[in-house]
Amino acid sequence: MIKKNVFATRWGIIAVGALIGVLAPLLQKMGNPGNMGICVACFERDIAGAIGFHQAKVVQYVRPEIIGFVLGSLVAAYLFKEFRPRLGSSPIVRFFLGVFAMIGALVFLGCPWRALLRLAGGDFNAILGIAGLIFGIWIGTLFLKKGYNLGRTHSANPVSGWMLPLMMGGLLVLVLIFPQIQGEAKNGVLNYSLKGPGSMHAPLIISILAGLAIGFLAQRSRFCTMGAFRDLILFRQIHLFSGLLALLVVAAVTNVILNQFKPGFEGQPVAHTLHIWNFIGMALSGLCFVLAGGCPGRQLFLSGEGDGDAAIFVLGMLVGAGFAHNFSLASSPKGLGTYAIPAVITGFVFCFLVAFMMTKKKA
Amino acid sequence: MAATVDARGLSCPQPVILTINEIKSGTDPEIIVLVDTETSQENVSRAAVSHGCTVSEVMQDNEGYRIIIKKEK
Repeated sequence: MIKKNVFATRWGIIAVGALIGVLAPLLQKMGNPGNMGICVACFERDIAGAIGFHQAKVVQYVRPEIIGFVLGSLVAAYLFKEFRPRLGSSPIVRFFLGVFAMIGALVFLGCPWRALLRLAGGDFNAILGIAGLIFGIWIGTLFLKKGYNLGRTHSANPVSGWMLPLMMGGLLVLVLIFPQIQGEAKNGVLNYSLKGPGSMHAPLIISILAGLAIGFLAQRSRFCTMGAFRDLILFRQIHLFSGLLALLVVAAVTNVILNQFKPGFEGQPVAHTLHIWNFIGMALSGLCFVLAGGCPGRQLFLSGEGDGDAAIFVLGMLVGAGFAHNFSLASSPKGLGTYAIPAVITGFVFCFLVAFMMTKKKA
Repeated sequence: MAATVDARGLSCPQPVILTINEIKSGTDPEIIVLVDTETSQENVSRAAVSHGCTVSEVMQDNEGYRIIIKKEK
């Protein structure tokens, strides 16, 4: 008989959601940007900037949290004998789902985690983002019910499973070789923002430890914000949703305690008040996440346990961040990027193409 | 007789969808679900229980997991 995984229980997932809810506002207190204690999309975008995939000077920093997520999950997967290298479920499609997931997220300015953290910090614009996220996921569930899937994976050589963890380890080595120098925008191969969100960060060691802890526990509990809404819509199942709710409530309480709760629509950090675009941007992301089977955080944790297809989604997000800033698709507090609207339309066309083509008629 | 659902290599939420479809529309009192990750095993077991079935056995081998679900009469 199989050992019971305590973190896969209702209380397990609530505990993990609550832990993220405490750590994210604390990371913000220790230096991370406003309502961005943790944001998987923003932080991957910052990494893309740090290694020169885009030249947006204000968002360039190798975020140690992301490295920690993947490596923490890798450790948990090996410790509990769940490391299973696998590949082959439409990887190239997943890559572009990652690209457009990032573009949608950068129109809204955040991943689902940050949407929750923004709301927990009093940013009511996030309500539109979360509504859009749910709408996008709902569209995806219509296809899931009709038999949408990206095909089966097959097991692979362990080295395939190590690729993303190795890349993350490599980024950490680069950070140690070329650490940030006060007042310098570049050290060796890495870019470092001097101002803007990219310049705001908690100390390296704290970020990496928080990332490792979350990565470890999220691997055990299978925490996923997209799955939370998807399972609620599809199966009326509240398991993952209870973790999401714990994150939201605990983060809000922690923000109030830390005096970081500032309710309102206007003047929120790294946010804009274009309600329609907050909704549509996140709807595109939500659709991409559901078609790819996980929110950006979950894709990192899956990559850590050997899922090469999830790793390719992550690479797609990094490249998508490059597109988003090089082509002026990403929003800023001033508003939409110049070419955001055609990019979002392209994203929806792409998603529907994939969804229709990958939906099998039931036998 | 037992119906077999082969959900190996399928990612979330396919194993659960296939299992629930079999629970709802299948006629066999017993369903064997094959999955290859611990996550899918947990999800399928959880879904079976929430659909009023019992998980009578979970076996692990090199290929993954074999979950035996018994439907209520």
